[in-house]
Order: sequence, then C-alpha cells, then structure tokens
Amino acid sequence: MPYSTEDMARRAAREIPAGSIVNLGIGLPTQVADYLPANHAWLHSENGLLGMGPFPYEGEEDPNLINAGKQTVTVLPAGSTFDSATSFAMIRGGHVDLAILGAMQVSASGDLANWAVPGGKVMGIGGAMDLASGCRRVIVLMQHTTKKGEPKLVARCDYPLTATRVVSLVITELGVFEPTGEVFRIVELADGDGLKFDKLFVTSG
Amino acid sequence: MSGKHANKVVASIADALAPLRDGMTILVGGFGLSGNPEALIRGVLERGVRDLTLVSNNAGNLGKGLAQWLHAGIIKKVICSYIGNNEDLHTRMASGEVQVEITPQGTLAERMRAAGAGIPAFFTPTGVGTVVEDGKETREIDGRRYLLERALHGDIALVRAQTADHFGNVRFWRTARNFNPVMATAARLTIVECDRLVANGTIDPDDVHLAGIFVHRIVHVPEHENAFEYRTVRKR
Repeated sequence: MPYSTEDMARRAAREIPAGSIVNLGIGLPTQVADYLPANHAWLHSENGLLGMGPFPYEGEEDPNLINAGKQTVTVLPAGSTFDSATSFAMIRGGHVDLAILGAMQVSASGDLANWAVPGGKVMGIGGAMDLASGCRRVIVLMQHTTKKGEPKLVARCDYPLTATRVVSLVITELGVFEPTGEVFRIVELADGDGLKFDKLFVTSG
Repeated sequence: MSGKHANKVVASIADALAPLRDGMTILVGGFGLSGNPEALIRGVLERGVRDLTLVSNNAGNLGKGLAQWLHAGIIKKVICSYIGNNEDLHTRMASGEVQVEITPQGTLAERMRAAGAGIPAFFTPTGVGTVVEDGKETREIDGRRYLLERALHGDIALVRAQTADHFGNVRFWRTARNFNPVMATAARLTIVECDRLVANGTIDPDDVHLAGIFVHRIVHVPEHENAFEYRTVRKR
C-alpha cells in the first residue's frame, strides 16, 4: 500500500529534530504540524511569525494573525512577530533549520522546481526561492507523479528552477528518496518488498 | 515641537494623499489582505490618478484591497512576489494591460530595506541558477555564487499601523506588520493610517516598532474591515 497523505505528513514529522526551527510550506507540508508532539519544534512562517500555533477556535480568528498561506492561525507562548525583512534575514541567514516544501520536480542532484509549470499560469515565487536556498536543510513532500502520471523525481528538472542542489530528502506516497547526484537512493519504500520496482523506475524518469 | 516633524497628523485621507500624482511609484504594506492600509487604498482610487507603479507583496486578492486598483485600471506596473489566485492580476497580466515583475519575497523586502538604509544594491544567494538571475550581475564570494539586486525606492509609501503617536512612532499588531516597516523607510513620503492615535509619550520608547523619523503624515482611521482571506479554525 502506498502512503496516505497522513502517512506522508507523519513520516515528514519524524525528520524534525526536537527544538528545531521549521518552516512548513503551503499545502500538504502545512499538515506536518498535526503530527508533531507538543513543544517539539518552533514553527516559522515567513510573513513574520515564529512560534506559530494551530488554527484558532471558532470565534477567536484574527485576520491579522495569519500564516504564509493567509490562513488564520495562533501564536504560542514565547512566540514572536516581526517584519518581512527580519523574517527573511532569519531564512537567508541560515537561522531556520529546516524547510519542508511541496514540489513539481526534484532532480537526482537535489535541484528543486516548485514555483511554475512551463506554459501554465504563473502563480509567483513568494518565499519559495529564499526558503529553498536559505534554510539549512530542505525536505520535499509531494506526490510521486503529476496528475497526468508524469514522473516528478527526474534526472534533470525541465520546469523552472527554484534553487539548485538544495533538496536532501524527498517523501512521496511510494517512499523516501535521497538525491545523491546521479541517482536517487531509496531510503525506504512505502510498500516494502511488495512494491513493484518497475513502477518505481517508470515513475522516476 | 516645530519644524518638519511637527503637525504630521492630517485631518483626512484626501489631505494625506494631496501630493499623489500620475505615474508615481507607490509602496504598499500588507501581506495578502492582512495589514492593508484600507482607507488609503480607497483614497487613491477616489483621486482618479493613473499609470501608477505598485510595489506590494500580493497586489490584493479576492477582488479586495489593492485588487480594486487593478479593477479601476490605474496601475501600469506591479512589482510583487506572489499572484496566487488573484484573478484581477492574472487577467490584466495576460492581456498586457499591466506589466508584472515577480521578485522573490525576501529579495523584495530587502530591496526596500536597502533603499531605506542607503544601500544601492546587495548580493544575495536567493535566485541563483534560476530565471531570477537573468540579466543580473553575479559574483562568487568565499566560494558561493550571489546575484546583485538593486534597492527599490518609492515616491509614496502607504502603511497600516495599529497605534501611532503624533511624532509618527508606530506599533503594529501581530502579522499585520509584514512589509509595512520596510515600505515606510523606502519612500520620499510615508503616510501612516492608524487604528489608534495616542499622545506623544504614550508608547514606551522600547516598544516602538517603527520610529517616527520614517513617517511624514498620519491619518487616524478607527474603523477597518480587516478582511479574512482564508478563515481556518479547529474544533473545540
């Protein structure tokens, strides 16, 4: 059985050492927070928040307390708020230990493409390039293939790049993979021995 | 107190925006719809200016905030980091009505920070090896490659504050701070729209987020919509 999205988020949470400063990207990576023990890590949100808490209880939402996905959130005790330049000084300056990001393609050399699809609608860059090149470690959490079934773990990215040689680990529904330069090393497979290797090879073009 | 730092508080949004002209570059604080100077944004619309260059992280969303400027056709260029679901910008970018320069978010913030700090350009690792590098000077420093980004100045900065005193010392609320302080430092004229206006001395000097030296005009706007972009909650 492939990992469910919950399994993937839980597996990513295991990569977060106690006490780390972590930035969770928009989408699936945001769900990783649900699988962290209380007070395990400090969540950083690039719009200017460190010590981010869970979504607020109904009736306690504040439109001026949001995460980078513009969702209402809370702030934990000892949390702090700051301006955008300071927030990106934390990122670019190497003060954020780990970023867990979504991706469109990751190459075997760790190149990351996660901001634009060729010929598609340009959504913008946001904090993606700063996070990818600035955080001390980058983990990608994504589906193994596109909706059309095209591989997303590739020899070389042909989508526009976000940063080069930054991804240290990729978690998909099929397993956990490490870019090593020429190839991806299989760290673990969701289905263990039961997974058909031909599928894995086909989907990792 | 007399001199240029006296009488910064103006009676109306229209008074605050009197120096606004066609073709100006306007820096606007806010991240999505959070921390937006809502009354100043409306005030610019009412002035009927055109051909503005807008520098802002998102240029509005859901038809709200700065998306109203796009609707009114008063913008010729947007410098932003993210478009996302902002259909008002997507359609005008596709038609060529609005020119869009997309900049990484940290680089965008740093370009205003540099402008306000008297630094004309800076080397950054962000964007190296990507399309952001195209046409830019690069340099290897201590074995790592960087690209040169230029400071970004504005004619007018529009800032939303929670509290301001009459000198222009400002405090922000939670993540409504975002781009507001750096925008304030990088414009020739900075206008602050504050929820609360307090007497000088009310804000402790150690609690000032943005010093009044960067603020030129203050308008007291007690009521704001504070639009939710994505209201997310958890179960009790």
